[in-house]
Amino acid sequence: MSRPGVFDAFRAVVARDMTLAMRRKTDVLNALAFFIIAVTLFPLGVGPEIETLRAIAPGVIWVAALLAAMMSLGRIFSGDYEDGTLEQMLLGNFPVSIMVLGKVFAHWLLTGVPLVLLSPLLGMQLGLGEEALWVLIYTLLLGTPVLSLIGSVGAALTLGVRGGGVLISLLVLPLYVPILIFGAGAVEALGTPSGIQPYLSIQGAILALSVALTPMATAAALRISME
Amino acid sequence: MAKSQTWLYFSSPKTFYPLAGKLIPWFTALAIVLTVIGLYMGFFVAPTDYKQGDSYRIIFIHVAAAWMSMFIYAVMAGYAVIGLVWNVKLSEMMASSLAPTGAIFTFLALWTGALWGRPTWGAYWVWDARLTSELILLFLYIGYMALQSAIDDPRRASRASALLAIVGVINLPIIYFSVRWWNTLHQGASVSPEMAPKMAADMKTTMMVMVFAFWMYAIAIVLARVRTLILEREKNTAWVVELLEAKQ
Repeated sequence: MSRPGVFDAFRAVVARDMTLAMRRKTDVLNALAFFIIAVTLFPLGVGPEIETLRAIAPGVIWVAALLAAMMSLGRIFSGDYEDGTLEQMLLGNFPVSIMVLGKVFAHWLLTGVPLVLLSPLLGMQLGLGEEALWVLIYTLLLGTPVLSLIGSVGAALTLGVRGGGVLISLLVLPLYVPILIFGAGAVEALGTPSGIQPYLSIQGAILALSVALTPMATAAALRISME
Repeated sequence: MAKSQTWLYFSSPKTFYPLAGKLIPWFTALAIVLTVIGLYMGFFVAPTDYKQGDSYRIIFIHVAAAWMSMFIYAVMAGYAVIGLVWNVKLSEMMASSLAPTGAIFTFLALWTGALWGRPTWGAYWVWDARLTSELILLFLYIGYMALQSAIDDPRRASRASALLAIVGVINLPIIYFSVRWWNTLHQGASVSPEMAPKMAADMKTTMMVMVFAFWMYAIAIVLARVRTLILEREKNTAWVVELLEAKQ
């Protein structure tokens, strides 16, 4: 039998986190319920005029998705931190950044993907047209992994810190600004001369940069937190 | 002593503490003198702007504060890198001492910007690219300080917030350019951020004097803060105990 490689380790981490989440679905479902409720509150606050709602829809959905993803960030590491699994992962002979990437990927599958799937429904609620809904899906597909990646740095830094929930929002939200701007901006750019292409390209660039850099930062943050 | 060791000599808290104590009065004096000169020039020497009248004079504080706010974040990240990579305790303390000063300059820049914006743009706040990124910079400073004060173990607090500062400094240009992009696309025709006045020579000099005044102030206050941090964190070492005994 051959020795397990880095990719096996990655797969094992993803599979483990997915299984754990599936055994306790409430955490996953709560984030989604939050997403739906938060978006629903906007028409109640702003008023039911469909023109206004259509204008703010991309921003509202993006901000709600961002907050929903952020609220579930604590889950990435906290369970493993409490029962000691994380320590074993850091001691093991696989690169920590690969473990981090696996955990972040699982987080994205559990929050990012459902958010993307739910978004057209909420977009329709706010009066977005078919074309705009597709753009919304594209931008969320490119953007939600970035939310999980950048968020993992904040989650690692606030491990076991009191008041971690509010603290993580202070750390992470300012860093979410670029992806929010280009995510919501793409939908609004529909039909303008520039088109959506530059927005999607920049989002892709941010995603590539985050995939390359954040796992290292998160790994370093985990080491600091576990000392 | 070899040359490379000479400058490392002061990287130990024990030797840096008295050095900082000797430097503080000098930087304080420079800061006071430069501020007095800068304010005098700002109020009496610099000519009245033909378009904005006298209300523009606040930019002598505004611009200097805005420069310092960004510069200090970069310096803080620099110290954070040194602290993390070479495990230099003093660097970590310097980074921690810089944060409050940087945050205050950021706040000052926003506040004076609002005061300048009211007569010039007709509103205290506009979603101008520079104002918006300055506001986000303030959030970054607040996040840094919040993380530091939330962690009880001082070493872990320094290292965690150092990492955050590095992540922040990589993100800052991305944030700045995305905010600018966002701003140019959403900008109505009414407000133009490029209304900054063509500067007379006196205005430029005044501004430079104020920048240096703030710079000296920042150095003085950061050194004072790092001295208290050193005492706090090194309170169990022999030299601090001796120092405190000698004072009593």
